[in-house]
Amino acid sequence: MLDKVVIANRGEIALRILRACKELGIKTVAVHSTADKNLKHVLLADETICIGKAPAMESYLNIPSIITAAEVTNAVAIHPGYGFLAENADFAEQVEQSGFAFIGPKAESIRIMGDKVAAIQAMKSAGVPCVPGSDGPLTDDDELNKAHAKRIGYPVIVKAAGGGGGRGMRVVRNEEELIDSINLTKKEAGAFFKNEMVYMEKFLENPRHVEIQIVADGQGGAIHLGERDCSMQRRHQKVVEEAPAPGITPEMRAKIGERCCNACIEINYRGAGTFEFLYENGEFYFIEMNTRIQVEHPVTEMITGIDLIKEQLRVAAGLPLSCTQDDIKISGHSIECRINAEDPRTFIPSPGKITRFHPPGGLGVRWDSHIYADYSVPPHYDSMIGKLITWGDNRDVAIARMRNALSELVIDGIKTNITLHQDILDDQGFVNGGANIHYLEHKLAELE
Amino acid sequence: MDIRKIKKLIELVEESGINELEISEGEESVRISRGGSVVASAPVVQAAPVAAAPVAAPVATAPAEAAAPALSGHIVRSPMVGTFYASASPDAPAFVEAGQHVNAGDTLCIVEAMKMMNQIEADKSGVIKEILVQNEDAIEFDQPLFIIE
Repeated sequence: MLDKVVIANRGEIALRILRACKELGIKTVAVHSTADKNLKHVLLADETICIGKAPAMESYLNIPSIITAAEVTNAVAIHPGYGFLAENADFAEQVEQSGFAFIGPKAESIRIMGDKVAAIQAMKSAGVPCVPGSDGPLTDDDELNKAHAKRIGYPVIVKAAGGGGGRGMRVVRNEEELIDSINLTKKEAGAFFKNEMVYMEKFLENPRHVEIQIVADGQGGAIHLGERDCSMQRRHQKVVEEAPAPGITPEMRAKIGERCCNACIEINYRGAGTFEFLYENGEFYFIEMNTRIQVEHPVTEMITGIDLIKEQLRVAAGLPLSCTQDDIKISGHSIECRINAEDPRTFIPSPGKITRFHPPGGLGVRWDSHIYADYSVPPHYDSMIGKLITWGDNRDVAIARMRNALSELVIDGIKTNITLHQDILDDQGFVNGGANIHYLEHKLAELE
Repeated sequence: MDIRKIKKLIELVEESGINELEISEGEESVRISRGGSVVASAPVVQAAPVAAAPVAAPVATAPAEAAAPALSGHIVRSPMVGTFYASASPDAPAFVEAGQHVNAGDTLCIVEAMKMMNQIEADKSGVIKEILVQNEDAIEFDQPLFIIE
């Protein structure tokens, strides 16, 4: 097993990684910015290194600083968490070239999946179903682009190849708007991602977001751990996630899971990863692959009993996975609510000092968070301060436990979206199950 | 120094009405003073474990940092993570000594990061009052290195 790991992240995921390391007897190095000296995992880590000032560019995105921290502490591996440098292929490459293990896939896999056009082509040749699209980048040929759209059928969506995570995309409903939309999206892509390449796909009106969790052992094997439904989104950011996805049968799960595993093996994938699909009318359409551990990984852990971070550490250490595909059994239902330091109606971030804090508890309740009473949420980073996760024998029990847990959770001193989550968990559309990715935004618009 | 000992010391201070209590054990020492903060000083390398952290405390107040006692004077801090070298090479003399006068721009030390040697210069003229780190120490961003008066 690895001797010492640098945790190159912050907040709840850094604490999550620290816990897994401690369980495996791995020494921990917490690298942090000047604003994060009092992060819970920093206080618990074996060693700590301040790597730069508060702004992420100077600390959590500072590659030389992070690699040097690994050098001076004689660490053997670096865990990037999610966000920040987790899907930065250059970082993964530099980490390995500097003699450390990058806890994730090889730089090449990150590169391919980071280029959304290349990712789709790779998935197609691996037999993973994709959204009908331009099958490649769009050129300046207006007539050809119009022909693509006609073949695919309106409405279409123009997306930046270097984008992802809901950024750099535009829906087009008729031919009159097509060329302007393409040019606008290209300009935006150049500005945001320094890459003007765009492609086109069929726009699904009312799909659900269903994703498949996989872990590849880096030695030619891969398993899937079922799916998650992350359709409760606002502005392409997930708010509530659950596993399994209502309405997915074991047969469907096995079929799409197997396709994803085969794709992993074909592209020589290593470590944890997620295949994201739009799901409509019983069909899966691949949109992108996330080559990292995801925020919502706990719901999969709750229904399978597998510790995904420990699996990541095992793979990085060259060990086999702790189980086979046959060992994976889906049991019960799990829901996760992302607790953010923000106004529950306006969504304006609300950093500041937490004056009173009380976490919920009880059977089937899991609280993944770094906050504590008197902790000050800094303004420099994203607003998520914790994840509340419940598990139950079935979806109704998971919902009941989440409602109770939300009512027990006390975070005073800052604003949080706890009441928003309570509204969602009481909402009939959510309770029925199977709501699509537009549902939450429609609901929020009605509330105004 | 474990947290139970420190808790006991805190109780002692509170019950007895003592203003300040300092206890040394080997290379570690703890100073507790009325006014709230517990200061645990560890050996100079920042990498020492933070023994005073409220690991299990449910009503955790702002946790104590493994900070050195308050420094006065002009502090020269490290602009990067790396390894501290007091001289240009192992057998060369140190760039500066305590008590030495330096001018702004003089090289004080080298911080090595990813095989690159970075010269750290004095940003102020004066006398080196104290050198806070030792040769080959691991250094973090913003870590105090020198005090110039």
